[in-house]
Amino acid sequence: MSRSRPLLLSLRRIRAIFRRHAYLVFASWPRLLELVYWPAVQMTLWGYLTLFLQQESSLVARASGLFLSAVLLWDTLFRGQLGVAICFLEEMYARHLAHLFVSPLRPFELLIAVFAISLVRVLIGVGGAALLAVPLFGFVLPQALGWALVPFFAVLVMFGWAIGLIIVGLVLRLGLAAESLAWGAIFFLQPISGVYYPIQTLPSFVQPLAWCLPSAAIFEGMRTVLVQGRFDPQLFLWAIAMLALWLVGGALTFLALFRSARRLGLLMQVGE
Amino acid sequence: MIPDLARPALRPSKGVIAPAIEVSGLEKRFGAVVAVAGLDFVVPRDRTVALLGPNGAGKTTTIAMLLGLLEPDRGTIRLLGHEMPKSRYSVLPRVNFSSPYLDLPLRLTVRQNLRVYADLYGLEEPAQRIKQLAAMLDLDDLLDRPVGKLSAGQKTRVHLAKALINDPELLFLDEPTASLDPDSADRLRGHLERWRAARGATIFLASHNMAEVERLADEVLLMKQGRLIDRGSPHELLARYGRRTLEEVFLDVARNRRQW
Repeated sequence: MSRSRPLLLSLRRIRAIFRRHAYLVFASWPRLLELVYWPAVQMTLWGYLTLFLQQESSLVARASGLFLSAVLLWDTLFRGQLGVAICFLEEMYARHLAHLFVSPLRPFELLIAVFAISLVRVLIGVGGAALLAVPLFGFVLPQALGWALVPFFAVLVMFGWAIGLIIVGLVLRLGLAAESLAWGAIFFLQPISGVYYPIQTLPSFVQPLAWCLPSAAIFEGMRTVLVQGRFDPQLFLWAIAMLALWLVGGALTFLALFRSARRLGLLMQVGE
Repeated sequence: MIPDLARPALRPSKGVIAPAIEVSGLEKRFGAVVAVAGLDFVVPRDRTVALLGPNGAGKTTTIAMLLGLLEPDRGTIRLLGHEMPKSRYSVLPRVNFSSPYLDLPLRLTVRQNLRVYADLYGLEEPAQRIKQLAAMLDLDDLLDRPVGKLSAGQKTRVHLAKALINDPELLFLDEPTASLDPDSADRLRGHLERWRAARGATIFLASHNMAEVERLADEVLLMKQGRLIDRGSPHELLARYGRRTLEEVFLDVARNRRQW
């Protein structure tokens, strides 16, 4: 039997993990529907709220895509994080993680595959909701944000991955008792990310905390594009700097918690 | 006479090929509990060696440390001549593992699961290998069924197929026939015997099934309370303990009927 030589980074191993999760996502229409369902519900809610507020507020009338852009970009962040966490939770529910850890799969190959499947989930979920916004509200996200959508989307997805890594590390270390973090932890960041309002609305002592989040700079940047019609490079550079810190911090936290789980023998025990 | 517990389980054949497993001074504690208390043993290649002992003896902990799933507090481990976990990525492509306490993704079909593992182990012709394994383990009719829909016996065969996907030089099995009826268990042991005879691999298994150990193992390592207390071929152990079956030997060990 022929076997390829061991490589530092194997696209085949990355593809194997991607394939494992893609089988799950694409083999079940309820799963596909679930990916689009919540983003679509949120988008619809904020879409009708926007229609109502347009009659009352000149700001919203001028920037009618404010809330719809915000809800879709927030879902990008949320789904990015959830995509990472769900992949690990699926392995834990299936009592499968230890099999992966005794295979030649390297941790960063696992992460690349998980990030890729998370991206697919975001594109299906948020993309589906964004498409639905066209006939419902005549709102076209790429038209509203222009090319800035691409960097905004990229930063938010990657910020979601960074938070996802921390959550996965905690679930590995604390067990499935901590799985609710995967669904709820990120909502702690929503009020201080300035998703639907400017950061200056927050109490002054919270604002420095908010600026530590790349999401705060991205949502400020989104409002600058929608209200002032310009892309603020300073805000974007700040978002990139914060993102880099969060990615490094997320990776280090994950590794520390993973090693702790290995030291305590928790990798064999994870399961329902 | 108490044997030298650190000697190779069976003498390796002449040459410079490293033993399959070399363990020295292995220790693991969980708080105040000593799970493994200084293990030293060597398993040469091309043998089946069974780790035997009562519940809590440290068998699963030992296997988890050998595979790098658990970090030892002290001691060294070498698999196929490579230090673990330092050289894990040189070793793991040549090793595999199966345990009834772990599963494969239940919603994936047998073929999908095996395809995932064929890619993880870098096989050049995955479809051909899956076909071979399906023929060898009577899985042909099950390949397109989800693993979650299979019986316990069928699942165990699928787990074994996963464990053999890379034709490993060293196969770890934790209670390979747990929860199987005697017929399924006997068939599985037959599959294992035929595969090992053809492959010439090393099998390291932990089991509570004495008949299984007598049938499969060339050598038995007896563990109790984290220590290796005796070793020998099944025949040697029967003679040393003056018993007719390994089950009686096991009971002597578990019930402290003999001093070590």
